[in-house]
Amino acid sequence: MSRGELLLSSTASEQARLARYTQRKFVNRLALTLSLLAMAFGLFWLAWILFETVRLGVGGLNLATLTQMTPPPNDAGGLANAIYGSFLMVLLATLVGTPIGIMAGIYLAEFDSQGWLAQVTRFVNDILLSAPSIVIGLFVYAVVVTRFKSFSGYAGVMALALIVIPVVIRTTENMLQLVPAGLREAAYALGAPKWKVILSITLRASRAGVLTGILLAVARIAGETAPLLFTALSNQFWSSSLSEPMASLPVTIFKFAMSPYENWQKLAWAGVFLITLAVLGLNILARVLTRSKT
Amino acid sequence: MNATSATPAAPKISVRNLDFFYGKFHALKNINLEIPEKKVTAFIGPSGCGKSTLLRVFNRMFELYPEQRAEGEVWLDGENLLISKKDVALLRARVGMVFQKPTPFPMSIFDNIAFGVKLFESPGTTDLEERVEWALRKAALWGEVKDKLKQSGASLSGGQQQRLCIARGIAIKPEILLLDEPCSALDPISTAKIEELIVELKSDYTVVIVTHNMQQAARCSDLTAYMYLGDLIEFGTTEQMFFQPTRKETEDYITGRFG
Amino acid sequence: MARSDPLADRLFGWLAKAAALLTLGLLIAILVSLTISAWPAIDKYGLGFLTRTTWDPVKQDFGGLVMIYGTLMTSFIALLIAVPVSFGIALFLTELAPAWLKRPLGTAIELLAAIPSIVYGMWGLLVFSPVLATYVQQPLQAVFAGVPYMGAFFSGPPVGIGILSAGIILAIMIIPFIAAVMRDVFDVTPTLLKESAYGLGATTWEVVWTVVLPYTKAGVVGGIMLGLGRAIGETMAVTFVIGNFNQLDSLSLFQAANSITSALANEFAEAGQGLHQASLMYLGLVLFFITFIVLSLSKILLSQLKKNEGGQT
Repeated sequence: MSRGELLLSSTASEQARLARYTQRKFVNRLALTLSLLAMAFGLFWLAWILFETVRLGVGGLNLATLTQMTPPPNDAGGLANAIYGSFLMVLLATLVGTPIGIMAGIYLAEFDSQGWLAQVTRFVNDILLSAPSIVIGLFVYAVVVTRFKSFSGYAGVMALALIVIPVVIRTTENMLQLVPAGLREAAYALGAPKWKVILSITLRASRAGVLTGILLAVARIAGETAPLLFTALSNQFWSSSLSEPMASLPVTIFKFAMSPYENWQKLAWAGVFLITLAVLGLNILARVLTRSKT
Repeated sequence: MNATSATPAAPKISVRNLDFFYGKFHALKNINLEIPEKKVTAFIGPSGCGKSTLLRVFNRMFELYPEQRAEGEVWLDGENLLISKKDVALLRARVGMVFQKPTPFPMSIFDNIAFGVKLFESPGTTDLEERVEWALRKAALWGEVKDKLKQSGASLSGGQQQRLCIARGIAIKPEILLLDEPCSALDPISTAKIEELIVELKSDYTVVIVTHNMQQAARCSDLTAYMYLGDLIEFGTTEQMFFQPTRKETEDYITGRFG
Repeated sequence: MARSDPLADRLFGWLAKAAALLTLGLLIAILVSLTISAWPAIDKYGLGFLTRTTWDPVKQDFGGLVMIYGTLMTSFIALLIAVPVSFGIALFLTELAPAWLKRPLGTAIELLAAIPSIVYGMWGLLVFSPVLATYVQQPLQAVFAGVPYMGAFFSGPPVGIGILSAGIILAIMIIPFIAAVMRDVFDVTPTLLKESAYGLGATTWEVVWTVVLPYTKAGVVGGIMLGLGRAIGETMAVTFVIGNFNQLDSLSLFQAANSITSALANEFAEAGQGLHQASLMYLGLVLFFITFIVLSLSKILLSQLKKNEGGQT
């Protein structure tokens, strides 16, 4: 090839390369713009939901809402019994579920963690973690409500506890696994028995993470409606007895929101606002806790 | 592989025909040696030679891991600790260990030291306080922490944390102290302080130290064992090992021609 | 002086093991008790239950097809919307976002997951559905009126409830789950692998499409299955807007319908003992089965990725 031909052909291929590259750049730009739009899309919904919750809920939030009981339609009232019921059942479910969850998490992390029982438990636990909570409600109904022939706060507590347990197991195991082997060995080297090494050293070293897990579990059950629908049912009046149907915030909201009565809907929004506040607050608290310890 | 030199005092630990396995990997091959009482013995050798493995046999730390096993005899005070039916925790209370990385427990300085003591004794509060102070003094840490005993162990510097771990190990009054590369994570000044400490400790304890730093072995120890790829190549007084080694492999390692 | 606690150790170990066995036992207990409660319906209808459309509490004749269709259709729509959006979000978080923005944005997406479903439900019914009716459904209906096949999907009353509405809300709910998994698996792609592609002159998009995605594909599918599992089991968000209508008259996405979860939520508390309750339990069993399979697949795929990742480094 003459030098001239070489130059010409290289310009031609150069142009082809440039054209191809421009097209690739365009595709790249397009893809990245779309991903930006996707992010904005997600944030848009978050903003809209939170905005409406605050706007429609804050108005219904006053002293009466917090102190008076759920009213019949078109009467004035509040959410006091629902708030109390939720608070009580969430508290008890956490107290019941957390020790079981921590012990199982300890088993998975510290005892024979590659054995068949541990592997199967991990698998099953992850399934239960994402399983429909309404099925848990059905289970507790079949086992508790039918046996005792009544809906009760106890049944509600049990259903919620069954949701707490998988969450706590997951986080406890993960946190315990992060503890360096050297710390455990140092305790063993002093002659400590296994149970002491686990409780006084390993669990203690991961306590921030474990606590975060518990907070997240609480946040999860605070907003759960389905498992309470046929266990604790609901109660129009103040009930401090756990062996009777018990009002809860989510179920009350469900009942009120689906109704055509305006005062009920207003109370439902106030309830939604309260729940969202509590749940998001717990989540943020959990985040702050993990951040401060790392 | 038999290699001995002058060990006049009665041996505290007697190792006979010891083999060690990580799964199928033969990590220690037919080790025979005797650790004398109230002296500092150093294990030296290049990475992977088995010195830490050997150390961890003495307090049966390897039993935490199911794929590790030891065969042979390790005699301590007339008993083969490898087959002893006694609870291993009792053994570990007599054989203290300090690790490569400082590992302060997630509690206050005071509680760190008290933890080990409370395992096997029920001291009253004053006795406990005395013991903690005694251990911290022995570890040359008391002056620096006496006003902040309630602070977390993790708030100390690296060198201080390691001295805390040494104090923790001493507090339970073991007979033997095992140190696994105690200075490898520390700066030179802290290292010097700890080396001074090691020399002092031998008046009360039998000390075995693993180190990859030959000069450290030369400075602190009375006896030195040179290991390579799971074999004990030579074992003798530090003076003899460093100035008149019997085996060529030892000489090559010491003079830096190898490793 | 010497004292040790072999008994305490054994007891502690036994307690821990018991707690783990409890979890296992729970799964079995759920399956067994649901089956027992559903037995009258299983006995009467067998597997044909899954294809019958009758649902008549008065005549005591039941069939689960309407609910199963509702569950599957709403989840399908949810995935259709959520998967590309989640992919876009994961792409943004891993490749585009500046370092200081990554954490707050990631947190924001995770907060979307934390919002309880009842909030989604109520917002969906009282805020979203009128908007959907006016700005989406009515125009869609006008556009597709008279078009064969497609028109059928958009017939029916455009009031903002029905399968489309439920599907969209489900999509918003599962986006954070799928996006989080995708982001996590994108993050574990070895930097060296990506840099090799960049080094050849590839654009960001090309690196993602030709290197990251194939490397993480097991994880991506696992994440999608996780989102699907959640969508299938979601109750409150769907119950508010799906319309609680137990018939399958048309294919319209605007028509009121029912899903397994919404049928349970609406009817179970008052259902008569006997065949009605047993049929509902049968539906619950079917739901649990489907979720179990989907979630198991998800787990297997995600652990597949972990194994590959271990092998590649």
